[in-house]
Amino acid sequence: MSGTFVGMPSFPEAAHDAVRDATLRANLRHATHTIRAKRAKAVAELDDWAELREAGRQIKDHTLRHLDTYLPRLEESVVRAGGTVHWAADADEANRIVTGLVQATGEREVVKVKSMATQEIGLNEALAAEGITAYETDLAELIVQLGDDRPSHILVPAIHRNRGEIRDIFARTMSEWGRPAPEDLTDTPAELAEAARLHLREKFLRAKVGISGANFMVADTGTLVVVESEGNGRMCLTLPETLISVVGIEKLVPSWQDLEVFLQTLPRSSTAERMNPYTSMWTGTTDGDGPQAFHLVLLDNGRTDTLADEVGRQALRCIRCSACLNVCPVYERAGGHAYGSVYPGPIGAILSPQLRGTESEIDASLPYASSLCGACYEVCPVAIDIPEVLVHLRERVVQGGPATRRGKKVTLRPAKGHAAERAAMRAAGLAFAHPGALAFGQRIAARTRRFHPRRLPGPGRAWSDSRAVPEMPAEPFRDWWQRTRGTGTGEKGGAK
Amino acid sequence: MSSRDVILNRVRRALVGGPDGAPDLDAAVDRSYLVEHGARSVEETVDLLAENLADYRAIVHRTDLDGLAELLARLLAERGARSVVVPPGLPSGWLEGADPVRVHDLEASTAQDLDAVDSVVTGCAVAVAETGTLVLDGSPDQGRRRITLVPDHHICVVRVPDQVVSSVPQALRRLDPARPLTWISGPSATSDIELDRVEGVHGPRTLEVVLVTGSPEGHGC
Repeated sequence: MSGTFVGMPSFPEAAHDAVRDATLRANLRHATHTIRAKRAKAVAELDDWAELREAGRQIKDHTLRHLDTYLPRLEESVVRAGGTVHWAADADEANRIVTGLVQATGEREVVKVKSMATQEIGLNEALAAEGITAYETDLAELIVQLGDDRPSHILVPAIHRNRGEIRDIFARTMSEWGRPAPEDLTDTPAELAEAARLHLREKFLRAKVGISGANFMVADTGTLVVVESEGNGRMCLTLPETLISVVGIEKLVPSWQDLEVFLQTLPRSSTAERMNPYTSMWTGTTDGDGPQAFHLVLLDNGRTDTLADEVGRQALRCIRCSACLNVCPVYERAGGHAYGSVYPGPIGAILSPQLRGTESEIDASLPYASSLCGACYEVCPVAIDIPEVLVHLRERVVQGGPATRRGKKVTLRPAKGHAAERAAMRAAGLAFAHPGALAFGQRIAARTRRFHPRRLPGPGRAWSDSRAVPEMPAEPFRDWWQRTRGTGTGEKGGAK
Repeated sequence: MSSRDVILNRVRRALVGGPDGAPDLDAAVDRSYLVEHGARSVEETVDLLAENLADYRAIVHRTDLDGLAELLARLLAERGARSVVVPPGLPSGWLEGADPVRVHDLEASTAQDLDAVDSVVTGCAVAVAETGTLVLDGSPDQGRRRITLVPDHHICVVRVPDQVVSSVPQALRRLDPARPLTWISGPSATSDIELDRVEGVHGPRTLEVVLVTGSPEGHGC
């Protein structure tokens, strides 16, 4: 649906290249292992983590089940506080709305706070097509933008880059976008941060239009919340005259009090901090302080389709902390780009195929980008059972069936390329229903075991590329049982 | 049909078979999580605030109201500040004896004007001990959001113990959602290079916090 990542190869193909990149693997391993240990410590500080997690789950579920009540309530609150609310059914509409709002100000450039929603809809590209330059101001987004790269992590989009690579990107490209990097720039993180500060400051100070997403929206009060670290968010949210926030409809919570749960669980889950350096909360506009025009663009873009799926809808609870990426053994090795979406990692593997549908090659392969180990579920601060949704989506890919696309009920056809899997499952179903046939098959398999190949032929080949074909015992278990304990004598341990 | 109607209709169709009637948030959410973590005396709570502020690289000072002006003058002098932004409602005595030029934040002041100022001194609305957080709400002793953002050095005065709470839930109860709020936990930082925390990006790179006892007004809470 979005303009980015179109035509991506399937996950196994993309991951195949990624795992051979030694630098990438080292960068990812270093970063994810650093954050894992810290997160565990930050979470352990709170005795009531389990209760907070459960409350977070309940608040989000409740909100989703009553979105038709809470969305209009939010709209009313925002309008009452001086904001304007726009509704965008898909990415194109959101991009049209935002482009129109920027054009109405007469400005040709905007500063942006890191935002997953605007990445998802490809806003920067849409603005560029109309001659408007969007400057990313989050350090990692800046690294991605300057390096003409794609994001690979929800929280730290440039996680695939190490300090040396970042230095090179800054030294090479900053001059093309504005203030050049200092001549003698080294790769120490403090110097790199300083270079970003100097490069972006002139843009912040002259910016007339800011664009953001939001971590939370409070229906009762109309308050929006942005959680950040660097202060680039504060710059974009307070210095410009016009602020445009593009926010997914699932970012809603009903009441002010609900923030007390997520402001405790989000920072600890994402950056492993008791609290992130800066959190901004604003309600409409304030006379004399901050932007005097505030536009909220509420984005659907596949979210209501996801909501229609009773198993899959739990993905909408996500608060984008990225803890699931940091613990995932598959993400650690394959990296974020292989997921072919702005949402990588375990959450991306269940979110992208639901937001975009499972029709493309990459989206049909994403539910398989997991070993189902369950580490993601364990760390999730809103208890999304990612393995459950993965299995559910695998079923949908292989068997097809009912789904919702752009608000309409459709029946999906089984995906191509799973014919062997379906045939195998049908054969297994038949065999298990006919004990005689099963026993016969097992005996044949046992007797011919010397001739079994180490790698499977045909469609099973890819499966055995990375797995050993199970060894067949010399005698099926049932035969062994019959021979040693067999024929109904009822001796100790007997089966009858 | 407007996109608003399109989206709301999609939502309603997606929720067919779900609960009817008005949502009951209280019944849906079990709030048995803690209101604060651990039992502490008032002094211990203030100590925890100081400890957690320092843990995230804020520089913490303590004084009583009589010593406040002198301390602020000293901190600004040590910083070498030539100018300091003064919020409209900063108590008049606080900067008595401080050398830097006072810059008043005027409606017409631009971000560039602020960028030329060295320091800013403000009060705060509430401070959270468990997380080491200061919250500003734009009251007259704190001023507009931009004045605590653009200058590179922020001194924030917290009246203890009356402006200090233990926890995030307690802080939210004291705050007014209608005001623009800024939660500050240490100086500007980033984890964007190899997921390791580095202090100092766009916000003030030096955050000094003065915990002052003996407040006469019990202001702000």
